[in-house]
Amino acid sequence: MSGAKRIYMDHAAGMPVDPRVIEAMLPYMKSLCGNPSSVHSFGQEARQALEEARTKVAESINAESNQSIIFTSGATESNNMAIKGVAHRNQNRGRHIITSSIEHMSVLNPCKFLMTKGFKVTFLPVDQYGFVDLTSLEEELTSETIMVSIMYANGEIGTIQPINEISQMVHRKNAYLHVDAAAANGQVPIDVNDEGIDLLTISSNDMYGPKGVGALYIKKGIQLAPLIHGGGQERGLRSGTENLPGMVGFGKAAEIAKEEMSTESERLKKLRDKLIKGLLDPIPHSFLNGHPTKRLPNNAAVRYSFIEGESILLDLDMKGVAASSGSACTAKTLEPSHVLRAIGLKHEEAHGSLSFTLGRQNTEEEVDYVIRIMPDIVKRLREMSPLTPKELME
Amino acid sequence: MYSEKVMEHFRNPRNMGEIPDADGIGTVGNPVCGDMMTVYIKVKDNRIDDIRFKTFGCGAAIATSSMVTELAKGKTLEEAKKISRSDVADSLGGLPKVKMHCSNLAADALHAAIEDYEKHKGTKR
Ligand code: FES
Repeated sequence: MSGAKRIYMDHAAGMPVDPRVIEAMLPYMKSLCGNPSSVHSFGQEARQALEEARTKVAESINAESNQSIIFTSGATESNNMAIKGVAHRNQNRGRHIITSSIEHMSVLNPCKFLMTKGFKVTFLPVDQYGFVDLTSLEEELTSETIMVSIMYANGEIGTIQPINEISQMVHRKNAYLHVDAAAANGQVPIDVNDEGIDLLTISSNDMYGPKGVGALYIKKGIQLAPLIHGGGQERGLRSGTENLPGMVGFGKAAEIAKEEMSTESERLKKLRDKLIKGLLDPIPHSFLNGHPTKRLPNNAAVRYSFIEGESILLDLDMKGVAASSGSACTAKTLEPSHVLRAIGLKHEEAHGSLSFTLGRQNTEEEVDYVIRIMPDIVKRLREMSPLTPKELME
Repeated sequence: MYSEKVMEHFRNPRNMGEIPDADGIGTVGNPVCGDMMTVYIKVKDNRIDDIRFKTFGCGAAIATSSMVTELAKGKTLEEAKKISRSDVADSLGGLPKVKMHCSNLAADALHAAIEDYEKHKGTKR
């Protein structure tokens, strides 16, 4: 992008690594660093760093012990481990799994895979805001249900699920609750104890940690079949020599997120609300995606009628702004995002959808800039669209 | 992702708009991703005297609409009919594979406009 101004508002797609995190990782990349499984002092130092990182990650979600944290290669692996791992190990108790229609692909696709192995999977509908239909959940839970997997919050439309309520329903039927918190961790406080979460997926990059590392919280007593067999690292659940720099970075990121979350999320909420207002108020035929208040502090998702998201993104990009869209035209499959479809948007409504996801670097000036340039972008594209009503352009 | 040529047409689309008293109008919908394109033509002495488009779609859809109008303008109807889907993409320096259907849309809209003109020729619209 030419020009001085470059504004990144696509944090749901990827986050920069916090410089303090990089600082913490460096020693484990630069100097000789042992294998945590080795007996010698090099190995023991590595082991200690690893366990400290595990503790920090555990503390960030109020896990009862750091032994409940299994490090993985990221949220996708954690979701796979939770779903396939629980299903395979617990199929003697039942072969039914419940999830929602707006989950991440790394939840939906393992579930679909299990369907080919004889498991029954229910995909719960959501309402117009993206809240999981709790009546359906209650109805679908049976004694055959071994696990319910619901995301903490959706990264595309920002909606935060009523995890407490869901957990109570799930536990009344003695099923496990797995929660994919990849979009929510680092954004909102998560307490696995308080909220009754049995398995929790968290991801490092979504809290300004390095990519390629994540974790699965597994409540004590829950049995899983491992996905990766080998030398028995991570309590035998995830073999392979540990990615020590990644884990140390993840630990540091979790520690920072915990410390700074309350101030930062207040700041982001203000920016978010200002952005949403500024994206909607001056522009007719514009709508909010997701819920006005029960949404992630960093998520501003809107849609504009009569125009298409990819062309909006290109216009924004020419002005230095990075955002994302669930439009069919931005997808490899040329299908609109399953999330937008699940909240009931028609194909052409999903087309004009845009998600801005804010982060630590974003300032109020940047938000003002985006608000300033948006009306002209929408106007230019609406002038080109055969769908725009004539009155609108006069 | 897009060639400089595509971006240039996206930024400064040629012949964008409507022709209120058009001689032929072709509207096609994109069955693949759900987009829409309309081409208006004005015909004089069997030539495309004026041509405009309106498009609801992605960057490639807008650029290909712009390009097809540029290719067709001033051509005889016979020549314009020969403008193919790949001509549009080639003139833009190629398109990403997943976007090829957008250039089909542009050529189809042009052909539909010509067909519409020929159907109504001699009758008052
Ligand atoms: S118009 Fe949808 S991909 Fe081009």
